[in-house]
Amino acid sequence: MMNTDRTTRQKVEAGLPRRRRKEFTFKVLGIFATAVGILFLGMFFASLIGEGASAFRQTYLQLDIELSEEILAPDGELDLAYADFDGLVRTALRRELPDVSGRQERRELYRIVSIGASYQVRDLVAGNPDLVGTTQTLWVPASSTVDMLIKGNIDANVDEALRPISNKQIAWVETLREAGRLDTRFNTALFTNGDSREPELAGIKGAVMGSLYMLMVTMVLSFPIGVAAAIYLEEFAPRNRWSDLIEVNINNLAAVPSIVFGLLGLAVFINWAALPRSAPLVGGLVLTLLTLPVIIIASRAAIKAVPPSIREAALGLGASQTQVVFHHVLPLAMPGMLTGAIIGMSRALGESAPLLMIGMVAFIVDVPGSFTDPATALPVQIFLWADSPERAFAERTSAAIIVLLGFLLVMNLAAVILRKRLERKW
Amino acid sequence: MQSTTLILLLGLMAVTAFYLGRGRSLSLVGGHGHGLALHSLPGYYGYYVAIWVALPALGLLLLWVLIEPRIVVALVVNGLPESYQSLSVGELNLLVNNIQNLAAGDVISVDVDEVLQNAASQFTSYLEKSRQILAVLAVGVAGLAGSFAWRRIHPDLRARNRVERVVRWFLIAASSIAIFTTVGIVLSVLFEAIRFFQEVPVTDFLFGLNWSPQTAIRADQVGSSGSFGAVPLFAGTMLITAIAMVVAVPVGLMTAIYLAEYSSTRIRGIAKPLLEILAGIPTVVYGFFAALTVAPWVRRAGEAVGFEVASESALAAGLVMGIMIIPLVSSLSDDAINAVPSAMRDGALGLGSTRSETMTKVILPAALPGIVGGILLAVSRAIGETMIVVMAAGLAANLTANPFEAVTTVTVQIVTLLVGDQEFDSAKTLAAFALGLMLFVVTLFLNIIGLSVVRKYREQYD
Repeated sequence: MMNTDRTTRQKVEAGLPRRRRKEFTFKVLGIFATAVGILFLGMFFASLIGEGASAFRQTYLQLDIELSEEILAPDGELDLAYADFDGLVRTALRRELPDVSGRQERRELYRIVSIGASYQVRDLVAGNPDLVGTTQTLWVPASSTVDMLIKGNIDANVDEALRPISNKQIAWVETLREAGRLDTRFNTALFTNGDSREPELAGIKGAVMGSLYMLMVTMVLSFPIGVAAAIYLEEFAPRNRWSDLIEVNINNLAAVPSIVFGLLGLAVFINWAALPRSAPLVGGLVLTLLTLPVIIIASRAAIKAVPPSIREAALGLGASQTQVVFHHVLPLAMPGMLTGAIIGMSRALGESAPLLMIGMVAFIVDVPGSFTDPATALPVQIFLWADSPERAFAERTSAAIIVLLGFLLVMNLAAVILRKRLERKW
Repeated sequence: MQSTTLILLLGLMAVTAFYLGRGRSLSLVGGHGHGLALHSLPGYYGYYVAIWVALPALGLLLLWVLIEPRIVVALVVNGLPESYQSLSVGELNLLVNNIQNLAAGDVISVDVDEVLQNAASQFTSYLEKSRQILAVLAVGVAGLAGSFAWRRIHPDLRARNRVERVVRWFLIAASSIAIFTTVGIVLSVLFEAIRFFQEVPVTDFLFGLNWSPQTAIRADQVGSSGSFGAVPLFAGTMLITAIAMVVAVPVGLMTAIYLAEYSSTRIRGIAKPLLEILAGIPTVVYGFFAALTVAPWVRRAGEAVGFEVASESALAAGLVMGIMIIPLVSSLSDDAINAVPSAMRDGALGLGSTRSETMTKVILPAALPGIVGGILLAVSRAIGETMIVVMAAGLAANLTANPFEAVTTVTVQIVTLLVGDQEFDSAKTLAAFALGLMLFVVTLFLNIIGLSVVRKYREQYD
C-alpha cells in the first residue's frame, strides 16, 4: 500500500521534538519563576544580616574618671543638674592621651567619645553619691564615627577630607586600642534606650514599648469584636440584604489600602474626637479597624470548620441556639480563632503607613509609660532611622528590622504551633 | 473620681448583682434541689440582674463623657467677664484652649493674668464637680436598675430569652462595625475632599498637569497660589504599578503553575512557606531594601548600560513592589488553577497533550477569570502601597513614562502633605483627603470587581 501522505502517527511524531522542547522551556520558566522569589528572599536576609549584625556590638572606651569633689560638689553639696560631667570625661581622656595639645586638637580628641559618657557618669554618681572623691574605671561608649572605623565601615585609606574621622583621631584610637582601652561589646543601649540623635545612644526600647501598648489596645478590642461579628455572621445572621452588605463590606475592608485607615483615624479620632496625637491609644484604635476584617474572616473559617453534627446534638438535647454557640461551637473553634488573631496581630505589628497619618512619626526620646504618652512604633522607628544620613543609623535600621522580623517570626511560629497542637480533624 | 475607678466599681457591682440574682431565683423556689420550677437556669437570673446593673450605667457614663467637655466649656465661658464674651469665635476658641492647658498645668503661650487664672481654676473645679455628680448618678442608676430587675425575678420570668436577646444585639453591633468603618472612611474623606473642591475646582484637580502644593503663608509671597493638578501623581502611580505588575504577574503565575503541576510534594512543601514569608515581611522593610540596596544597584546597572538613572527611580520602587506582590498573585492563581475540575486536565492529558499544552490550552483559559480577578486585587494592592514608594520613590511630580526617572505617587503625596505640623484647613492638607478619596474609590472599584470575579468562578466549578 503506497501512500505518500504521512500517517497521523508520523505527523504527531514529527511534531514531538518541538513539543518536547516547548514543554522543557515551560518547565524551566516555572523553576526560574519560583527561584526568583526564593532568591530574593535569600538575598534579602543575607544583606540584612550582613548589614545589621554589627549593630548588636558597640565600641567602648575604658577611661579612669576621677570624680573630683571640686567639680561635682564645689560648695560641699552635690549638684547633679549643673555639675560639669563632660569636663570629668574630657579630663580622663586627656590623661589617657597626654600629648594632645592645643584647642583645636583637644576639641578633636573629645569627639572620639560619645556624649553618652557624661550621662553615664552622672547616673553613676546619682545612684551612689559616696563615690564622689574616688576614681572610677568605666567603659563608656565611643562616638559613632570611631565605632564605624573599628567595624571597618570607614575606610582609613580614603583621603582625609572625604571621611568623617581625621588622621589624628585614627591615631588616638589606635593608641587606645594598643593600651587595651578599647573594646567592642554587646550593644545594650540598642535595647535599653529610646531614640536619640546620636547613633551610639539610639535604642529601640521606646519604639518596642509603643508597639506593645498599641498591640494591647488592638488585641483587647479587635479579638472580642471580631469573634462576636464572626459568630453573628455564621450562626445567627438571616440571609438578607443587611448581612450581605456586611459580608461585602468586610471583604472589601480587608483590601482597602492601609493608608486610608490612617486618614480615617486622623479625621475621626484626632480631629473629631480630639484624642491626643502620637498616642498608642489612637494607633491601637486604627490598627483595630485594620485587623478586624482579618480576624473576622479567620474566625468565620474556624466556625465553619465545626461540624454541624455538634450543633444538632446540642440542639437535640434542648440547648438554645445561643447556648449551642457559646457552650459548644465557640470552644471548638477557639484554636482557629486564636490563630487568626495572632496573624492579625502580626499584620498590625508590621503596619506603619496609617501610623504616619496620626502623628506617630515624631522624634520621641522618652520611653512611653502609658496609652496616651507620645510614642512611636517599631516599624515607624525603622522608617525614621532609614531616613537618617549617618552611616551608623543604616546599621541600626537593619538591626531594628532584624528585631521586628524576630517578633513576627515568633508570632507566626506560635500560630503554627497552636494550629498543629489544638486543631482537630473531624 | 477617675472614670477607670468608676468602671471598675460598676464591674464589681455587676458581679455582685449576678450572685444576688442567682441566689434570689433559687431561694424563690426553695433551694438548689428545686431548680426545675424556674423557667431558666439560675445563672440566667444572675446575668439578667447584672445586665440591668451594668448597661444603663455604662450608657450614662458614655453619654456624660461625650457631652461633658461642651457643658464645662460653656459654663467657664459664661463665667468670663463681659469684655471676653464679645470675642470672635476663633479668639474665644484660642482662649478656651489656653484655659484648658493652664488647668492641665502646661506652659501656655500668653501671659497668665488674673482672669485666665480664675477661669482655669474654675474649669478644674467644674470638671471635678462633674465627675462627682457622674459617679453618684452612675452608681445610683446602677443600683436603681439593679433593684428593679432584682424585684422582677420570678420563677416564670423568661430570663434566658431576655439575656440572649441582649447577647444577640451585642453580636449584631459587633458585626455592624465593619459597616460603620466603611461609612466612617467615606464620610471623613468625602467631607474634607468637598471642602478642598470648594477651593480648587474638581476639573483642575482631575485634569491639571501641574502639582506643586506649596501654598505660601502670606498671600503676597511668591508661588502663593499652589497648584493641584493631580495628573502627574496618577501617572506616577500607574507607572510604578505597571512595573510592579510586569514583575509580579508572570513570576507569580509561573510559580503557581510550577508548584501546582510540576514540582514534587517536597519542593512544594519548602517553596510555599518560603513564599509566605515573603508575604509576611512588613512593607517598611521592603521600602528600606528598595531605597538602600535595589535603588543604587539599578542606578549602577543603568549607568553601565549608558542610561541616566535617577537615584529614586520608578524602576527600583516598582521592582521591589513587584517582588512584594508575587505571593499574592501566586496564591490567587493557585486557587484559580486548583478550582478547574481535574476531569478537564485528565481529558486533555488523555488526548495526548503535553503538560504545558494542557496548562496553556485548557486549564489557563478555564481559570482565566479567576486569575484576572486576582490580578485586579494585586493592582489595587500596588496602587495603595505606601511605605515602599515613600522610601524609594521621589517627591517631585514629574509627568513622564520613563522608568529611570523619579516619579511620585498618590500615597507618597498623602504622606508628605499630612506628616508634620500644619493648619488643618489649608488647601494643602485638604488636598491629601481629596487624594485619599481618589485612592479609596479606585481601589474599592478594583476590589469589588476582583472579589466578585474570583468568587463567581470559584463557585462555578465546585
